[in-house]
Amino acid sequence: MRQETLLLVLLLVLLAFPTFANPYLLSVGTLILYLAYTGQAWNVMMGFAGQLSLGHSLYVGVGAYAAAAIFFHFGIGPWAGVWLAIALCVAIGAAIGFLAFRFGISGVYFALLTIAFAEFTRIGFDHLQWTGGSGGLFLKVAQRDQIDLANFRGPPEMYYYAILLLTAAAFLSCRFLLRSKAGYYWQAIRENEEAAQALGINTFRWKMLAVVISSAMTAVSGVFFAFYYNNLFPEQIFHISRSIEIILGPIIGGVGTLFGPILGAAVLTVLSDSITEILAYYGWEIPGIKQVFYGVVLLLVIMFLPHGIWPPLARKLGLAR
Amino acid sequence: MPLDLVVNVTIAGVLTGLVYGLMALGLSVIFGVVRVVNFAHGEMMTIAMYAAVALFSAFNLDPFLAAIPIAACFFLLGYLLQMGLINPFITRPEHSQFMLMVAVAIIMVNGLLMAFGPDARNVQISYQLESWEFGKVLLDKPRVYAAAMALLTSGLLFAFFKFTLTGKAIRACADNHLGARVVGLNVKHLYALTFGLGSACVAVAGSMMILFLDVTPTLGPAYTLLAFIIVIVGGLGSMTGALLGGVLIGLSEALAGLFIQPSAKSMFGYALLILVLLFRPQGLLGKKQ
Repeated sequence: MRQETLLLVLLLVLLAFPTFANPYLLSVGTLILYLAYTGQAWNVMMGFAGQLSLGHSLYVGVGAYAAAAIFFHFGIGPWAGVWLAIALCVAIGAAIGFLAFRFGISGVYFALLTIAFAEFTRIGFDHLQWTGGSGGLFLKVAQRDQIDLANFRGPPEMYYYAILLLTAAAFLSCRFLLRSKAGYYWQAIRENEEAAQALGINTFRWKMLAVVISSAMTAVSGVFFAFYYNNLFPEQIFHISRSIEIILGPIIGGVGTLFGPILGAAVLTVLSDSITEILAYYGWEIPGIKQVFYGVVLLLVIMFLPHGIWPPLARKLGLAR
Repeated sequence: MPLDLVVNVTIAGVLTGLVYGLMALGLSVIFGVVRVVNFAHGEMMTIAMYAAVALFSAFNLDPFLAAIPIAACFFLLGYLLQMGLINPFITRPEHSQFMLMVAVAIIMVNGLLMAFGPDARNVQISYQLESWEFGKVLLDKPRVYAAAMALLTSGLLFAFFKFTLTGKAIRACADNHLGARVVGLNVKHLYALTFGLGSACVAVAGSMMILFLDVTPTLGPAYTLLAFIIVIVGGLGSMTGALLGGVLIGLSEALAGLFIQPSAKSMFGYALLILVLLFRPQGLLGKKQ
């Protein structure tokens, strides 16, 4: 009950947020929700089913490029593009999952395989002239005052509400999934794959399902990224640092929890922005100093809160089941 | 394509590959024994490269000599890193260890950015462009020296693990953690020693790399991945495998740079990694589990 109340309050605050936020805060809010949504997608694979992917930028990038390229070349809007993005990412995710799980690759090896595929694709896109190569792909910047829903162009508020809707939908779907048969099978596989197999769970099939759902969700976040930022560079979108950015939130917030990705994204984004503000206030503007502080905070959180921020916080708030 | 060009590029690729191999050897030793993924490996190499630059510009110290004090400092650094930070994470899940090393890597990259700025640095030694000529075949002196140094360092490490009691104890830890503790080995100390040795390897490799490669603070992540490719391709836990993997990758990069576009050269490394992971996950020289 308390969890539902908290959710409702949070949703109302988030719905009302654009009415009092200035453009800067609105962009921060959009970024937080984007990271929360993408983190939630990653969480399905790692947090629920225990398969560590360090190459999720692959799905963001392929999703973004698929929708942006057909919009750029043929004028086909994102409502069709998103299906292409999902189809491509599911195909890629399924292929990687199939190869990895069939050949019994798990743990660190699986993680390295996902990095290898993402980096391979990054260099491939660097040389793919149809999508602009390493020079990047640019969408015409939207008219900021008109809402054109058919092509998903409009003011920042529209993007904010779109990503809020996605985040809320992802939260509810994950909540449903976690309590479904699949969710329990996943958790069994995560905790002890051999035991799960011994109990008759077809671990291959359920791990594949996790990869497929996760890659499909991440594809949508790629489409959002393309139409929100309007420019795509392989160096940025497929880079391993983007994959790390995606997974920092859920890990800091709490892997395998529903609130973790949202809380983690908010904490990290606010932390990063406030470090910038504080350093600017004291006039310490040496390049790199901000990231050093960020790294130190990350180090402290991971050392002293091994399960992330949410589990201990939930216990404090009396929300833990 | 003239044949002598291909031969020269092949030789340069193999020589560079031996230095890659030494770098990867450090990772292989750490991964093989401590079972922690050192995601800051390339960043550590970058620090060593900067150390070589600093020693060269301050004391005009040749990187081949500078490698010795740098390796000693890195051994200490690695020991302390393992003792202080990583040992408590040994029993934690992989994503947690990964996060720890990512945080360390972020601090390293940006610490270097703060200290040295974003500009590329290198060293210019007097024999930088000298070479031995055998007909049309040219052997760059710095590359030959670097490869020799890489082989020497690897040889020392092999000998340490093969013939000393401490080396045997470390191998025992890698083989059976619980068994090692049962017979009374100080596993934490041995792990820290291993991390120190791995760091010393990467320090020597970094001091050599500065001769062929300009260093920037953001060089690290790409070399972390490169080290991983080499270790997996060569075979985890196999020390000769790491050297062989290094040579293979160095060679394929050099030839890809010659025949295709230089910017596409690392694609081959990743393709090789994917193939090896799928069809021979124990690596080319690794033992089947």
